Amino acid sequence: MLTVENLEKRFVSHVLDGKQIVGFSPISFTVPNGTAMGLSGPSGYGKSSVLKCIYRTYLASSGRITYDSEAFGRIHLTELPENQILALRRREMGYVTQFLSVLPRVPVLDVVAEPLVHAGVDRSEARRAAGALLQRLRIDARLHDTYPATFSGGEKQRVNLARAVIRPPRLLLLDEPTASLDAAAMRVVLELLVEMKQKGTTMIAIFHDRSIMDRLMDDIYNMPEKETHS
Amino acid sequence: MTPGLPSEATPPVADWRDAMPSNRHRYSYAFLDEGAKREIRRKMLKAVAIPGCQVGFGSREMPIARGWGTGGLQLTLALIGPDDVLKVIDQGADDSVNAVNIKKFVQRVTDVPLTTDTAAATLIQTRHRIPESPLGPHQLLVFQVPIPEPLRLVEPSERKTRRMHAEADYSRMWLYLYEDIVKFNEITVGARYPVIVNRRYLMDPSPIPRWDVPKLNRGEALFLFCAGREKRIYAVPPHTEVTPLSFEDFAFRVEDFHGRRCERCGAGHSFLDEVVDDESGRRTYSCSDTAFCDQRSRQNRQGSR
Amino acid sequence: MKPILRVRELTKRYGPGCPDCFDLTGAGQGTNQCPRCKSILACRQVSFDLFPNEVLGVVGESGSGKSTVVRLLHFDFEPTAGRFYLDLKAGQQSGSALAIDPDQDLFALSAFHRRRIRNERMGIVYQNARMGLHLKVSAGGNIAERLLMAGWRHVGRMQSRAAQLLEQTEVPVRRMNEPPRNFSGGMQQRVQIAKALSTQPAVLLLDEVTTGLDVSVQARVLDLIRSLQQELGVATIVVSHDLGVIRLLTSRTIVMRHGCIVEAGLSDQILEDPQHPYTQLLVNSVL
Repeated sequence: MLTVENLEKRFVSHVLDGKQIVGFSPISFTVPNGTAMGLSGPSGYGKSSVLKCIYRTYLASSGRITYDSEAFGRIHLTELPENQILALRRREMGYVTQFLSVLPRVPVLDVVAEPLVHAGVDRSEARRAAGALLQRLRIDARLHDTYPATFSGGEKQRVNLARAVIRPPRLLLLDEPTASLDAAAMRVVLELLVEMKQKGTTMIAIFHDRSIMDRLMDDIYNMPEKETHS
Repeated sequence: MTPGLPSEATPPVADWRDAMPSNRHRYSYAFLDEGAKREIRRKMLKAVAIPGCQVGFGSREMPIARGWGTGGLQLTLALIGPDDVLKVIDQGADDSVNAVNIKKFVQRVTDVPLTTDTAAATLIQTRHRIPESPLGPHQLLVFQVPIPEPLRLVEPSERKTRRMHAEADYSRMWLYLYEDIVKFNEITVGARYPVIVNRRYLMDPSPIPRWDVPKLNRGEALFLFCAGREKRIYAVPPHTEVTPLSFEDFAFRVEDFHGRRCERCGAGHSFLDEVVDDESGRRTYSCSDTAFCDQRSRQNRQGSR
Repeated sequence: MKPILRVRELTKRYGPGCPDCFDLTGAGQGTNQCPRCKSILACRQVSFDLFPNEVLGVVGESGSGKSTVVRLLHFDFEPTAGRFYLDLKAGQQSGSALAIDPDQDLFALSAFHRRRIRNERMGIVYQNARMGLHLKVSAGGNIAERLLMAGWRHVGRMQSRAAQLLEQTEVPVRRMNEPPRNFSGGMQQRVQIAKALSTQPAVLLLDEVTTGLDVSVQARVLDLIRSLQQELGVATIVVSHDLGVIRLLTSRTIVMRHGCIVEAGLSDQILEDPQHPYTQLLVNSVL
């Protein structure tokens, strides 16, 4: 489903007189359809950068990412026109970070319901589904009409996750979505992710918690050490 | 005796008025020189060819002041011939000072017969009215125009109004009327009601009352407009569509006299002037078009006799 | 997916121009003024596409030519060179009956045609309400002007449409008959937005809409724009020097400097992994 070949990311900082900073050293791996791949390695090895390259938030410096998309067939994510990337993001690619990056001043119910509304689901229907999902993620119904900016770190993370999974994407990128969750919440999240995987969502994920990695992942890719030359 | 002039050039005269006829021969027929007349006629042809479009022309100095009908006078003089019969009205009246002076002047430089009878005239110069009796195909109506640009009301820049005309962009005028309705629940424009000519140009019909605006539409006579100070000529040829701006839910309406009639001739279907009696303070109404009123009064007298 | 709007090699030059203008100006030369003939190249050979439903950001410092680009697209003045196409079948059909050939360069059309296209198919909101509104004409009248231009001739219907639009843009409808000069800056922008949307445009141009407003007002105007955009799906170009506005509203961004496009990409990529030195400087300068 997704093949990464010799993917490499270097940042060139012109602000610092063209200094090169290595994001991660060349990596290659394949994620078969419907499986979950975990990225592992010490912090600073560029795990998050890999996900961002796949999501096109970062431009890869070299190498390529082949993805079998539903919309456009087999494509190279590093070269795909931007509007097609946007279409993929809307329709089949999800990305959950440890930080909530949703729009300010939108009630949490609408934040979560939005992907469904985009897909053409009736707004009240979508809000109902979002409410149910948030309930399941143990976010109190009283909070559903408030702005997520006021939420705690753990609550934000669950909102973020809910937004990504309410309409299960074909490919889900997870960047430590459970970092600040308590054990109970973590169990619910894990349950959700297992369900999604059973429904056929392919995942590439970073978890600090080894137990989640073991329960959810089919394969684990160990990030290579950074080359230190520049 | 004026110094510097040979004494035989100015023979002594008993009365200065005697000198006038001989001086008259120094002028061309109809006062304007032939070149000026040719230019004005050419511009009139252009104006007729593009109904409602303002055509610039070289407005001449006239022996009356700007703003007293120099535009209309120049058209009259360029148009008039020995076979014409002239009528001049000022707000409907044949005998106002302005009308009489213009009439006298034109007659002095052309010797054409004058009339007050609308039907008998071939050339009518008018200020701010169209005669009540219908005009025929043999007649020309020349309007004196103070401000030829209808868009001046909403746009002070000549450059911009010209572009608006070129692009037929009259939304600002429409907006003015819209705002009028929003504020007063009716269109308050009294005179100078903007009209669209031949479905193309927005035109200022000169300050005629709304009452007269429908007479411009598909008329038999040729309507010519001229602003002397602003140096513009425009025209509405016979049988040309002239539509006042109006909304679907706020139709154009002429003045309503609430069933009042002319005190003098009893007419209930002519444009009435309000007359306030200084002593009693009583308000009476009489026809604005004096020739129309006179004719009806005569008919009434004959009828009653 | 076909773009709804295509711009090709759009150039606006103020001044006589000389053969060396293009070599001596631009982002690489660090100026937009030709040192030889002193002409200013406000924007030069700018090309981009806008897709249906999309919000495209144009970011850059003042003088970078970003406003010039949208105003040229709004036919506010004539370009020196360039082509501009609208393919409205690619987007949503609006209420207008005006058809546009997708292969017709709109800059080549008559002023009359361009005015109709601008009025019926495009909407613009300026930084300064004075440019987009008649400040002495009532708010409802300002909206009606666009409807009048599109051929509406029913006062009652125009008034109800204006009221509906003002409600949509959160302007109190009871103030409809007041002139915008009585309004606050934020409310003037709302009236501008209502006016821009009155003829259901296919393309919406926002030129520094929130610049100069109080921060809290800015946020409300931006929220309004975002929710309207989502609701109506109108393809939008957002010009701003504020990366916060870009982050909030856009999915793709063009970075301009000295009249040139120096970088274009997904908005999150521009903000998180800027490539061009200028973009990096811009991103690093955020407070």
